[in-house]
Amino acid sequence: MAVLDPASVPVPSPSASGPPAPSGWVLTWRQARYWITFFRRTWRGTVLSAVLGPLMYLTAMGVGIGTLVDQDHNLPGGVTYLSFIAPGVLAATAMQNGIFEGAFPVLGSLKWFGNYWAAVNTPQRPRDVMFGTALQGVARITILSTVFFAAMAGFGTMHSAWAVLALPASVLTGTVFLFPMMAFTVTLDSDQPLTVVFRFVMTPLFLFSGTFFPWQQLPAWMHPVAFATPLWHGVELCRELTLGTVDLGSALLHLAYLFAFLALGVWLALRNYRRRLYLDR
Amino acid sequence: MGRRVSEVTGSVGRVPASHMPPEVLIRAEGLVKTFNKKNSPPFTAVAGVDFEVRRGEVFGFLGPNGAGKSTTMRMIGCVSPVGGGRLSLFGLDPDTQGPQIRARLGVVPQEDTLDLEMRVRDNLHVYGRYFGLPRAVIRERAERLLEFVQLTDRAEDKVEPLSGGMKRRLTIARALINEPEILILDEPTTGLDPQARHVVWDRLYRLKQQGTTLILTTHYMDEAEQLCDRLVVMDKGRIAAEGSPRDLIERYATRDVLELRFPLGEQEQAVEKLQGLGERLEPLPDRVLVYADDGEAALSEVSTRGLEPVTALVRRSTLEDVFLHLTGRTLVD
Repeated sequence: MAVLDPASVPVPSPSASGPPAPSGWVLTWRQARYWITFFRRTWRGTVLSAVLGPLMYLTAMGVGIGTLVDQDHNLPGGVTYLSFIAPGVLAATAMQNGIFEGAFPVLGSLKWFGNYWAAVNTPQRPRDVMFGTALQGVARITILSTVFFAAMAGFGTMHSAWAVLALPASVLTGTVFLFPMMAFTVTLDSDQPLTVVFRFVMTPLFLFSGTFFPWQQLPAWMHPVAFATPLWHGVELCRELTLGTVDLGSALLHLAYLFAFLALGVWLALRNYRRRLYLDR
Repeated sequence: MGRRVSEVTGSVGRVPASHMPPEVLIRAEGLVKTFNKKNSPPFTAVAGVDFEVRRGEVFGFLGPNGAGKSTTMRMIGCVSPVGGGRLSLFGLDPDTQGPQIRARLGVVPQEDTLDLEMRVRDNLHVYGRYFGLPRAVIRERAERLLEFVQLTDRAEDKVEPLSGGMKRRLTIARALINEPEILILDEPTTGLDPQARHVVWDRLYRLKQQGTTLILTTHYMDEAEQLCDRLVVMDKGRIAAEGSPRDLIERYATRDVLELRFPLGEQEQAVEKLQGLGERLEPLPDRVLVYADDGEAALSEVSTRGLEPVTALVRRSTLEDVFLHLTGRTLVD
């Protein structure tokens, strides 16, 4: 504000004063930008575990156990065990990252960092806070998936040109889990329920969605359960793409299911963020 | 435009208010907020309140815990949807223009929402970036604001080890980073020791002098008396009275109050003997208040009537007495 001559000071007409509101994109970006600053402190550890994790998985499971499994040539299509589980672990790891990204950043923002409670007093709306947090979550899922994808390629598990699409497919799979997890975590006051989700939702999904063995091995009554989980669709989609067995019909079915789940997750997250941040629950 | 917080620490002269008609910044009519909790009947926190806040004034909400002050403040801060009635800030509608309104507000919440792991300066930086301010602007304002709240020498320290009073001052500095036209403070000194409270009051008083519009809630009558130009007394979601602290005391209390304590079990008898003394008697669980314009005269009358209180104290009336008269209860339980 410059020094103004009192006589020339116009009485502001209230409705006309003040700049227009920034768009939702800008407001979302302001929240996402916070997380870039936030993770600038910790990215080294993240990258290290992102690289070491897949290498250990692919070596131990694929090469180690694979040597035993491959003696019987039991896998559909006669592929090696390494080629079989690599896309499965790609999708399942993306899910895991999606769930973690929907858990600790959200709970931390509510309990420890104070940034959500600070953000609501700025132009950001609950939806901007939600999408801004999600943006950083998707970014991290993408980075971690890319590292794993590169490792997979190094192990020679790509059998088709379609395989490049397995990367976006795995990011989609992780994102599908990100939003419902954010919707859940934003209602919490402690981290106890998170442990329950990790143990009783994430781990069973990880083990029984066709990641480590063909879903046909499951007892028949569990088949519909497997089909109902988004992870199963993600695993199947990634595997069909890297093995080159994909056909349009099943791919569209998987995508439709994943996107439907994504839409549900976004809706829940929007609703729960608004309730929590505006104390309207 | 009117006076902004940018002038707080700078040398910019302020515009005398006398040249302008009082501009209404906030207008509330029949404002209501009801919470629908699961498994319990709906709870009406704010039951229809009307008020206006004008540019440059310090406006207070005085009332006990649970009076609806914080809920009202959250609606003013556009972080809680209006439940009924009408509310406008700067002529804008909180329901649809929340981001525009919040860009022009500074908020000091009841609980500090600082990042304890971050350095003092970085807390201001993060908040400034939330408003979309350029880094250079934040750097320059942070310098001035830290000086204003006397935290310059702690700028590079983490927030965690700071005292409660320092954290509160940092929260105030943070709320000023966007040079707000209105600063909203929800119980700014609750939980602080007396010395820290006085430092905060001193800073708020400076803001007031520089013409910043302040809105604050408090359940401390001394805070309201010191800072507020005008206030409303809130109780059970409604406004019980409105006016300047002096107005309210003149309207609802006498000049003096005589406070009498009697031995255990003898108060009831004493109250009977006190009937007719002063303008009004107010028996509390632990003492009796006698409202009289001349407290000393009332005190000598007490001994004339043969009463021997354990302690007797003559003092001036305060907003506490106003509240007691309006609601029959004390402010701080």
